[in-house]
Amino acid sequence: MADRPVIIQNGHLVDPSQNIDHPTDILIKNGKIADLAPKSQQTGAPDGARIIDASGLHILPGLVDARVYVGEPGDEYRETISSASIAAAAGGITSFIMMPQTNPVIDDVSLVDFVCRAARDTAVVNVYPSASVTRGFYGEELTEFGLLQEAGAVMLTEGKHTIRNNLLLRRAMTYAKDFNMVISQESSDPDLASNGVMNEGLIATNLGLPGIPREAEIIPLERDLRLAALTGGNYHAAKISTSDSAKAVAYYKNNNHNVTAGTSINHLSLNEIDIGRYRTFFRLSPPLRSEEDRQAMIEALGDGTIDILVSSHDPQDVNTKRHPFAEAATGAIGMETMLAAALRLYHDEKISLSRLVEAMSTNPARIFSIPGGTLKKTSRADLTIIDLEKPWIMSEENILSKSKNTPFEQARFLGMVLQTMVAGRIIHNHNG
Amino acid sequence: MSKENFHKIDSFPHAHLLGIGDLSSHDINYLLDKSEQAIDISRQVEKKKTVLRGRTHINLFFEASTRTQSSFEIAGKRLGADVMNMSVSFSSVNKGETLIDTAMTLNAMRPDLLVVRHHSAGAVELLAQKVDCAVINAGDGAHEHPTQALLDALTIRRKKGKLARLTVVICGDVLHSRVARSNILLLNTMGARVRVVAPSTLLPVGIENLGVEAFHSMKEGLNGADVVMMLRLQRERMSGALVPSVREYSHFFGLDGDKLKFAKPDAMVMHPGPMNRGVEISSSVADGANSFIQEQVEMGVAVRMAIIEELVKPLNGDFDG
Repeated sequence: MADRPVIIQNGHLVDPSQNIDHPTDILIKNGKIADLAPKSQQTGAPDGARIIDASGLHILPGLVDARVYVGEPGDEYRETISSASIAAAAGGITSFIMMPQTNPVIDDVSLVDFVCRAARDTAVVNVYPSASVTRGFYGEELTEFGLLQEAGAVMLTEGKHTIRNNLLLRRAMTYAKDFNMVISQESSDPDLASNGVMNEGLIATNLGLPGIPREAEIIPLERDLRLAALTGGNYHAAKISTSDSAKAVAYYKNNNHNVTAGTSINHLSLNEIDIGRYRTFFRLSPPLRSEEDRQAMIEALGDGTIDILVSSHDPQDVNTKRHPFAEAATGAIGMETMLAAALRLYHDEKISLSRLVEAMSTNPARIFSIPGGTLKKTSRADLTIIDLEKPWIMSEENILSKSKNTPFEQARFLGMVLQTMVAGRIIHNHNG
Repeated sequence: MSKENFHKIDSFPHAHLLGIGDLSSHDINYLLDKSEQAIDISRQVEKKKTVLRGRTHINLFFEASTRTQSSFEIAGKRLGADVMNMSVSFSSVNKGETLIDTAMTLNAMRPDLLVVRHHSAGAVELLAQKVDCAVINAGDGAHEHPTQALLDALTIRRKKGKLARLTVVICGDVLHSRVARSNILLLNTMGARVRVVAPSTLLPVGIENLGVEAFHSMKEGLNGADVVMMLRLQRERMSGALVPSVREYSHFFGLDGDKLKFAKPDAMVMHPGPMNRGVEISSSVADGANSFIQEQVEMGVAVRMAIIEELVKPLNGDFDG
């Protein structure tokens, strides 16, 4: 059954992939973008088309979140692929890359296949699996990169782990290059980080909590960058959080190596002071850093050192979070608040809207070679319609994710997702 | 009306004792004055008050302790409370019950006071948010051990007559020590000059910002000291390569008669116990004329009686009133 054509009128389109940032009408046919018409050339709706009036609203290509933890398979009580997709849609996300940190670890073709099928049958957004670099995250044997890619894996990552063995990482980067796959790594030196639970410094000392020095991130990151230069492989620094990490990435980028970097919305929005009195929803990996580091992340996002912004959505239940700080799991949910929290940077005139869209949509789609991130003619009609000026307050009862561990509880936001479409079909509508 | 106001000023305005960080100098002086009165009870033949008769005091220790736990037990009993000891080993907690579940279970038994020690910083505060009774922190990770700091302050104040402007030196494993943190907070609040002496590996990051002077040699650190507080060196810290050997640590940072000479002649020597004789402190100093280590233990009972009575007794007033 062919869907009725849809025309979105009077909205302001922001699509950095085509350098569009002006009022544009959008015609959608058969789930694809059929035409774009700037205000001056609008010809009216074709017969039988459904008209969406987007006056005063902005239209963005659907966001692409490159770092999402889901509990399926293994911990479905925390989040299923289906519940994650519903949360994603509410946040304007139309595609996400699912981390292989499940139980079992996604290190085999059959598991990639499982995710693809579960996504096809239960998810309202596009879900792309990633696979582990080594079997079972043990850091010993490489997984079957080529077969995993054929099965649908779009990225290789050890999730929350960092590959320790330099030789193994060198071989992984070299081999992944043959398939043009990206190795995405969150760098943390387990020896330096030791039993640390928050950023090392005065605040950790006051709380009596063991600290993680910034160098625990920077040292393995610099090693990874050097190996990327040595092998010519595609390396993505998944979640950087310190000013020196940004400097290191910038250096290798300036020397034309195939490196890219991301940071999480939490590290752009929050700092170590937010931990307050042992609030475990703020226990993250890497830990929330100082205000200087947060400012450095904003600057690095603005100048392009940081390519992408991720939610690092990581659902945790009470049984993993309702503990003393040092015993609680790391991680926070984030898909429903990523865009709203990022818009704070736009409202504060720190970063332009088109740069934010680039970091949350265009770039992740390009870096990981997945469809989306653009509303060019003939591309899939994945988009979100937002009201930049609509205020709202995050409250627990409105969270759609199965887990409620948000660090933005009671946060005030300006800018709301009103509708999200995947392939031309409305999958999230704020007003029901 | 005027009587009510009077009570408000001359009282302890907190529901729990979770850390020295929450206390003002007024609160500290008030508790120390109350503790002075409690000393007398322990020195009587009949060491018993009935002020807390019918009250339930539970010691909930997630970390092994002999000295602190018995001190709290004696303090509770001397006030007439029913004291129960629960030692929860780390392994049984790992069987699945979270700290909060344990707290809720105990709360349902309607205790009047929980005295809690836990290996994680912030754990006692978390527990206090979930129960209806008063909670005393008997040590949480490397965060705070407020009754230890109060008993140290009482010991010093009785000998020196004051805390302000005394030079107090804390020596040893400050990094892992909740005793050091609580003492630094208390002594700074009371206007003492605080120094720490330790190898750099045993000092936390940002220690200077806590209002202390840091030294790495006993000679400089102890110079002119009124009080020398030694901290216990946990032998298990050796495995983390924080100090290369007991012998080397003892040579540079162990308090013996020679090093004590750098301090004032009447300097007080203190130790929260249990001591590693021959490691951080030599027997001649521990048992010598400058040592107040036994007195600290006695003051521990007094301070705990005072704080228990302050936190539990106000409920009595509510029922009577």
